[in-house]
Order: sequence, then C-alpha cells, then structure tokens
Amino acid sequence: MNVQARLKAPSISHPFGTDQYGRDILSRVMIGAVNSVIVGLVTVAIGMSLGILIGLSAAYYGRWIDEALMRFADLLFGFPAVLTAILITSVLGPSIVNAMLAIGIFYIPIFARLTRAVALTIWQREFIDAARAGGISELMITWRHVLPNTLSPLIIQGTIQFAIAILAEAGLSYLGLGTQPPHASWGRMLNEAQTFMAIAPWMSIFPGIAIAWAVLGFNLLGDGLRDALDPQMGQFGYK
Amino acid sequence: MPLYLLKKLLTLLLLLLLVSIVIFAVLYILPGDPAEIILGINATPETLANLRAQLGIDRPFLVQYGEWIYNTLSGQGSVSINYDVPVHQLILSRLTVTGPLALLAITLSLVIALPAGINAACRQNRPGDLVIMFGAQIGLAIPEFWLGLLFILLFAVQFGWFAAGGFPGWSVDFWGSFKALILPAFALGLIRVSILTRLTRASMLEVLQEDYIRTARAKGVSEIKVIYGHALRNALIPILTILGLQLGQLIAGAIIIENVFYLPGLGRLIFQAIGQRDLPVVRDIVLFMAAAVVFVNFLVDIVYAMIDPRIRLA
Repeated sequence: MNVQARLKAPSISHPFGTDQYGRDILSRVMIGAVNSVIVGLVTVAIGMSLGILIGLSAAYYGRWIDEALMRFADLLFGFPAVLTAILITSVLGPSIVNAMLAIGIFYIPIFARLTRAVALTIWQREFIDAARAGGISELMITWRHVLPNTLSPLIIQGTIQFAIAILAEAGLSYLGLGTQPPHASWGRMLNEAQTFMAIAPWMSIFPGIAIAWAVLGFNLLGDGLRDALDPQMGQFGYK
Repeated sequence: MPLYLLKKLLTLLLLLLLVSIVIFAVLYILPGDPAEIILGINATPETLANLRAQLGIDRPFLVQYGEWIYNTLSGQGSVSINYDVPVHQLILSRLTVTGPLALLAITLSLVIALPAGINAACRQNRPGDLVIMFGAQIGLAIPEFWLGLLFILLFAVQFGWFAAGGFPGWSVDFWGSFKALILPAFALGLIRVSILTRLTRASMLEVLQEDYIRTARAKGVSEIKVIYGHALRNALIPILTILGLQLGQLIAGAIIIENVFYLPGLGRLIFQAIGQRDLPVVRDIVLFMAAAVVFVNFLVDIVYAMIDPRIRLA
C-alpha cells in the first residue's frame, strides 16, 4: 500500500493501476484468484458430497424415499444462491464462510439430481446383476460399482459449478455479503471501484476481466472434460 | 389433463408449505437475537424483553409460524420494523420496478437468443455458427453486475446517453423510467441470451435430425416452414423448461443489478432490509421470491404438458 500513489492509472510500475488506498490492483487481482479457487473448491465439495449422498439414496431406495428426496431437491431449487445467502447473512452476518455455505447448499439439488439420473441407469446394467449374483451386498455394490460409474458426469458438472461459484461469490462480495475487507475479492474490488468509476475506470475493468477469464477457463475445461470423459453426452446433457 | 393438473396443483401447495416452513425455520433456528441486533450491545435486558414481545419472537415456534402464515394468507401480512407499513405494500410498490425489469430482460434475451440459436443450428460448424457460439461462451463468463458497470462507464459516463442509476417513477416520468430500465435489462438479459442461444441451437439440432423433418423436406415443404413451423415448436419444450428455471437466477441477478443501478426494486429493498435488520421484510420477500420460482415452475410444467401430451399421459 502506498498512499502517495492513490488512484494511479496503469503504468510499468503498476500494470493494472492502483486503487483509492494506493494498493496495486494487479497484486489484489492475483490474491483474489486464490480466494476464488477456495470458494470454488469448498462450494463444489459441499454440493457434491451431500448431492451424491442424496442422489445415490434416491436411486437405491426408489419409491417414496426417491420422491421425498427429489421434492427436497425441488425445494432447494426454489432458493437461488443469492437468496440463500441473504437468508443466512441476515441473521449470521456477512462473511465468506456464510457465502460459501449458501452457494454450497444451492449446489446440493444439482448434484443430487444428476447422481440419481446416472445411478438409476447404472442399477439396470448387467454388471450390477453379476455383482448381485456374486453375493456382494447392495451397499457394497453402491460403493464399488455405482458410485465410480457416476463420477465422470459429476466431475464435468463440478467443473461447471466451480465456474458458477466464482461468479456467485463475486456477486455476493459485490453486494457486501461475501468476502469482507481488507481481504481481496474480485467482487469486492468491483464494489469499491464503482465509487471511483468516473476518475479511475481501470479499477472497474481489471477485476471484471479476471472473473470473466477464470469463468471462461473453467467452462472450457468442463467442455473439454465432457468431450474426453463422456463423448456421448451433448452440450446440455442430450444423448 | 384435469388429473395431471390436480396432481401438479397438490405438489405446488405442498412445496409452498415446505418453502414457508424452511424460510421461517432458518430465521428461527439460526443463532442471533434480532432484538439484540436491532438495539445493539448497550441495550438493557428490559428493553430487549420489550422489543422481543413487540416483535412476537418470545413465543413458541409453532405460534409464531401459525401467526405469520395466517397474516400472510389473510392479506394482513407482517409489518416492517423500519418502515412501519405492511410488508406486502412495500413488495407491491417495489414490484413495479422489478417486474418490468425482469420482463424486459427475458423479452430481450428471447428476441436475441431464439434467432441466434436457430441460425447457429442451421449453419452448424460453419463460420456463422462458430461466431455465435463463441459469443455465447463469452457471454456466459461475464458477470452481469460487471457488465452493468461497463454499461454505466460507457453509456452514462462516456457518452451520457443514459443516467448512471436511479429511477424517476412511472407516474412522474414514464419514458425516463423506461429508459432507466434499458441498461439494467441488457445487463441482466445478456447471460440469459448466452444460455438460451446454446440451448436453442442444441435443441434445434436434435429436432432437425428427426424423421418427420426429413419427411416434410421430402414433401417439398419450404425450408422456412420446416424450421419455424415444424422444428421450432418441438425445440421449444426444453427452452421453455430452462426459461422457467431461469426465473430464480433472474431474481438473484435482479437483486445485484438493482444495486448496481440504484433501482428501488425488490432486490434493493431486501438488501436494505438486511442492513437495517428488518427481518419481517427479509422473510416476506424471500418467501415471495421463492414462491414465484415454485409457481413459475408449476406453470412451466402445465404448459409443457399442453405442448407435449406424452408428458401428462406418462
């Protein structure tokens, strides 16, 4: 931080310029990347772990348990990440942990539905019958055979949700509900930039480019993984 | 169809009930005393107890929940702590901004996405298709609030064509109010343009491979009629579903965009309510928004069954 160098336009010493406190925007964009990666990892981990559990249970038990779990997923669908975050932060107060929790909860039905759909088709396969004939317990079949076969689409979806988490965290931090100052977050940087938009437009440009770049990268990674792991699956899950 | 409608209606009512329980329970269970939050750490125990009684939060869960639901259904609604008016009045007044904004954003996204997706599908793997898909990929990566900031930077700060924010009010200045919604609607709609363009393309490509399309072409039906008359109708089914699911995202996006452009809509109201710890407002708006998402998905299911009879017969 160099208070003498406040709101400096991009130059050789500060390639992305400086902010209202004289902080180097390039450094903050780089630190913001770490924040985004952590958010992506944690939220996908929350959504995937609970989603897989719900999805596998729904596919295995079927009938009313399946119906109840899927309606639970529908219920969670009614709460977009921002709404969940608002609900949580209105009582617990704004923080990055609460924001990650909100995004993670929003991801649970997405992974639950996907796991259930894939697991249902796997339970019909012949190698499952073979495993049953071999005397393996249903729980073991789920663990050894069903779960590994659901992983490819889940990894692809996870990559896409990782990108969406970056966008969601940026949005929440922009609203002041995510990462709190003085920690660097791309969304928070854009929030602070709005005040200085007319005199320091670079403050609004570089964090936004960083978000778009990261999201584009993870989206393309998701597309690439889909082509590599599941060539049959089209862009929107159509076979 | 009546049986299908009844089944869906019952599911809708059950979901609405569950949504209301979840919202109420989350705000009830989560730690943090609203009275302490409102009055601060220096409040005396008597003042805190008085406020708790005034807010009704010292009573059992079921009593509070029952009273909330009764008030909501009877039209009395909760009363805002900060504004001291019924929350439903606040919601209705703010809907005059959020409603047109969401409608404008969806209209813009459909007007751009449908022709773009159809064009891309008809020119699969040719330069036109690649350009449209590249644009859609970029559009998916851009956060809507950053796009809003860029719009302000370009069209308000640089060119001065639009105001940087604010909303004059429909009765004060109709054209000015409409103009105030254009940039936010574009910012909100662009990501949906990308999603719907990709979906329209994928859906059209699938339908265009169907036998009945080949038959129509073999019969000499014009290409325009094949695409818009035969293919688009069937391709619209998944688009409609995603459009319904997009409402939730649109509401979430509106909360952020209204803050970027300082629009006095529902999103800004809920955001301000959090800052003011006005829990009745937060609770009722979250219920309203979640109910809107559930209701639109119900409507989508019904329209879906009307377009494709196989669904209601399944």
